[in-house]
Amino acid sequence: MPNFETVVVNTDILILGGGMAACGAAVEASYWAKKNGLKVTLVDKAAMDRSGAVAMGLSAINQYLGIAKGENTVEDYVRYVKNDLMGIARDDQVADIARHVDSSVHLFEKWGLPIWKNEDGNYVRGGRWQIMLNGESYKVIVAEAAKNALGTDNIYERVYICEPIMDGDRIAGAIGFSTREEKVYVFKAKAVIVAMGGAVGVFKPRSTGEGLGRSWYPPFSSGSSAYFTMKAGAEMTCQEVRFIPVRFKDAYGPVGAWFLLFKSRATNALGEEYMVTRKDELANWGPYGQVKPIPANLRNYLGMLDVAEGKGPIYMQTAEAIANLAKKYEDDPKAFKKKMKELESEAWEDFLDMTVSQAILWAACNIAPEEKASEIAAAEPYFIGSHSGASGAWVSGPADIAPPEYQWGYTNMTTVKGLFAAGDASGASSHKFSSGSHAEGRIAGKSAVRFVVENNQEPNIDDATIEALKAEILKPLAVWEEFSGFTTDPETNPNYILPRQYMFRLQKLMDEYAGGVVANFTTSKALLEKGLEYLLMLKEDSEKLAARNLHELMRCWENKHRTLQAESHIRTVLFREETRWPGYYFRADEPKLKEDWEVFCNCKYDAKTGEWEMIKRPIIRLVD
Amino acid sequence: MPSFVIAEKCDGCKGQDKTACMYICPNDLMVLDKEKMKAYNRDTSQCWECYCCVKICPQQAIDVRGYADFVPMGASCVPLRSSDSIMWTVKFRNGQLKRFKFPIRTTAEGTAQPDGGYTVDQEDLNSPLLFTEPYSIGTAELPGLKK
Repeated sequence: MPNFETVVVNTDILILGGGMAACGAAVEASYWAKKNGLKVTLVDKAAMDRSGAVAMGLSAINQYLGIAKGENTVEDYVRYVKNDLMGIARDDQVADIARHVDSSVHLFEKWGLPIWKNEDGNYVRGGRWQIMLNGESYKVIVAEAAKNALGTDNIYERVYICEPIMDGDRIAGAIGFSTREEKVYVFKAKAVIVAMGGAVGVFKPRSTGEGLGRSWYPPFSSGSSAYFTMKAGAEMTCQEVRFIPVRFKDAYGPVGAWFLLFKSRATNALGEEYMVTRKDELANWGPYGQVKPIPANLRNYLGMLDVAEGKGPIYMQTAEAIANLAKKYEDDPKAFKKKMKELESEAWEDFLDMTVSQAILWAACNIAPEEKASEIAAAEPYFIGSHSGASGAWVSGPADIAPPEYQWGYTNMTTVKGLFAAGDASGASSHKFSSGSHAEGRIAGKSAVRFVVENNQEPNIDDATIEALKAEILKPLAVWEEFSGFTTDPETNPNYILPRQYMFRLQKLMDEYAGGVVANFTTSKALLEKGLEYLLMLKEDSEKLAARNLHELMRCWENKHRTLQAESHIRTVLFREETRWPGYYFRADEPKLKEDWEVFCNCKYDAKTGEWEMIKRPIIRLVD
Repeated sequence: MPSFVIAEKCDGCKGQDKTACMYICPNDLMVLDKEKMKAYNRDTSQCWECYCCVKICPQQAIDVRGYADFVPMGASCVPLRSSDSIMWTVKFRNGQLKRFKFPIRTTAEGTAQPDGGYTVDQEDLNSPLLFTEPYSIGTAELPGLKK
C-alpha cells in the first residue's frame, strides 16, 4: 500500500463542508476572526463553486420573511414551522434563523443573485415565504463571497472528512483524506463547525439502475454531518424525523410553480381531489390536522391513502390549470398568448434551474402540459434538517431568546465543547432551506469565534491517536491489497465487501424494515427490531469494506457515515411509541398521535462502547 | 449514462493536471483517461445530472443522456452558459425544439464582497447582531420575538 503523507493543518476555527451553511459560516467567522487575530479554515469534499445541495441551482428561496417591509413577523414563521412539523420544533432556534434570514437574502442580491421583482420593486412571491429567482448560479455566487472572505490559502477542496478528533470532552479537530492525492489531512482546531449536509441513500431509492443517482436531494449528501457529531458524542435530536418529498414522478422535478403559480390541483386517476375527499382523515391528527397550511406529511399521507387503495396514478392537473388561466383571457387571445409564453418559460425554468432531469423527462415523453396531466409521486425518505425533516444535532439556542433548558452558552454549539452545527447538521429547526441555512451558518460562525476567544487553548492531540485514526481511515485500501488476489474476479471475494454492494445491503434493510418505499412507509416495533439486528451485522461488516482507489475509499466512508445515521433513525423510531408524521412514516403497532409524546426524542451515541442513550426533552413554546 | 463525453470534442483540457469537469463534479465522478487524454464519467448510477460538468466544459464536449432505466430515448437539454446568462435548447423525442434564456447573475464575476457594501460597524462579539446587521436586514434593530 502506498505510504500516505500526513499533512497537519493548524487553525482556530475549522468549517467542515462547503454548502450554504458552510459559506454563511465562512463570511461571518472571517470577519470576527480577523478582528480577534484568529484563523478560519474550510474543508470541502468537492469544489465550493458547486458543492452541496444547491450545486445545480435553485428556482426559489423558500425562506424570506420581508420583515423590513412588514410582510411577516418572526412569530408568524415560528408558528408555521412548528405546525408543519406536528408540534416538534425548537421555537428559539427557528426564531433565531428567521430574524437573520432576510439579512442573508439581501446579501445574496448584492452579490449578484437575480431575484425576481415586481414593478413596485418588491420581490415576487411564489408563496407566503417564498421568493422567485433566476437561480442557476445561486451557489457559485454565494461561494464566491465565502471564498473572498476566507482567502484561497484557507480553503481545502477535495478532502473528505472521516472522523472527529477529540481532546477529552472537547473537539480538537477533524481527520480525512484527499480524494486526489495519497495524503491524509489532520486539521487541529479550537472550534469546529459541522455543515456537511444531510443524508441521502440511507433508504433504497425508487430507481433500480442508472437512475439511482436521481435522488431528490443530492447523492453526495451522505450523512457526514450526523456521523461526525454522533462520533464526537453530541446529543442528537429528531433522528426519527425523515422527509419524503412529493414531486413529479421519477425525475423529482419541483411542483411548487404548478401549485402556486398555476394554481394546479392534484387528483387521483378518477379525478378525485384527495385533499377534499379525504378531508375527514385530518381530524385524526390532533390540532395539526386543523392548521393551515396543512402539514406537508399529512398532505403526503392523504395521497398515499389513495395510492394504497389502487386509485393512482396521482396527477398534477396541468392541462386543467392552464385551461382555467385561459378562461380569464377569453376576450383577449393576444394577451392570453403572451401570458402563456411567460408561464411556459417560468415552468421550464423551474426545472432547468434546479432539476434538469425533469426537463429531459418531459421532453423525452413529449409532454405538453396544456394537453395532459403529469404524474406526481412520493419519493423515498431523506434526512435533511433544513427542509421538512428535522434530524440533526441538538444545539444551544440564543441567549436572548432560548429558555435555560435550550441554552448552554454558545449559540449553535452542540453538547460537545467547541463543536458547532448548522444547516442540515442541526436539528429541530426545520424549514430553513438554502437561505436559512446560510443565516444559521453565520450565527454559528460568529458564535464559534466567541468560543475560541473565550477558550483559547491549543488542543492536545497525541500522535498515537492520529496514527490509529489514519490506519482506520485507510483500512479499506489495506483490505483490498491483502485479499484481492484471492479470486479471479475481484468483485466477488469472501474476505471483503465493496462499497456499492454494502450500500445496497443498507438500503434494502432500511427499505423493508424501517418503512421505506417497498413497505409503503410503514414499520413497527417487530420490524424495527429485526432491521436493527441486520443493521448491526452490517455495521460489523463495515470493517471489511474494501477500496480499489481513492474514489472508492470515499464511497466506503460515505457508507460508514450512512450506517450510523440509519442506526440512530431505527433507534429513535423505536423509542417514539406513536405515529406523529403519517406521510413520512407510519408505526403500524402505534398508529395514533399521542399527546404525551409531544416531546423531542433525542439520542446520544457512545463511540467507545457502541451504547445509545435515549432521552426525552420537553417542548417549550415561546409563541402561542 | 447521465453525463457523457463526446470523444471527438474532448481534448483532456490540454494536459493540465486536472480537467474542468474533474474540478467541478460535486460527486467526484469525472476522470481523465491519461492514455486517451479524454475524460469520462466513472459511475453513471451516482450521477445527479446536475450539469455542472456540462456547463463548465470549455469544449462543449459533455452532454447528458437521460437515465436509461426510466427515461425514453431521444431527448436532450443543452445549456450554453455565459458570464451573465444561460441559454437552454430543449429537444423533444418528437423533434420539437424549445429555447429558453435566463439571466444568471447581475454583477461581474469575482466581485462578490462579503459585506455586500452594507455598513459594517459591529464590534461586540457577545451581541446577536451579525457583522452586516442591522443594515442588511433593513430594520433599525434586530427583530425579536414578542414573548
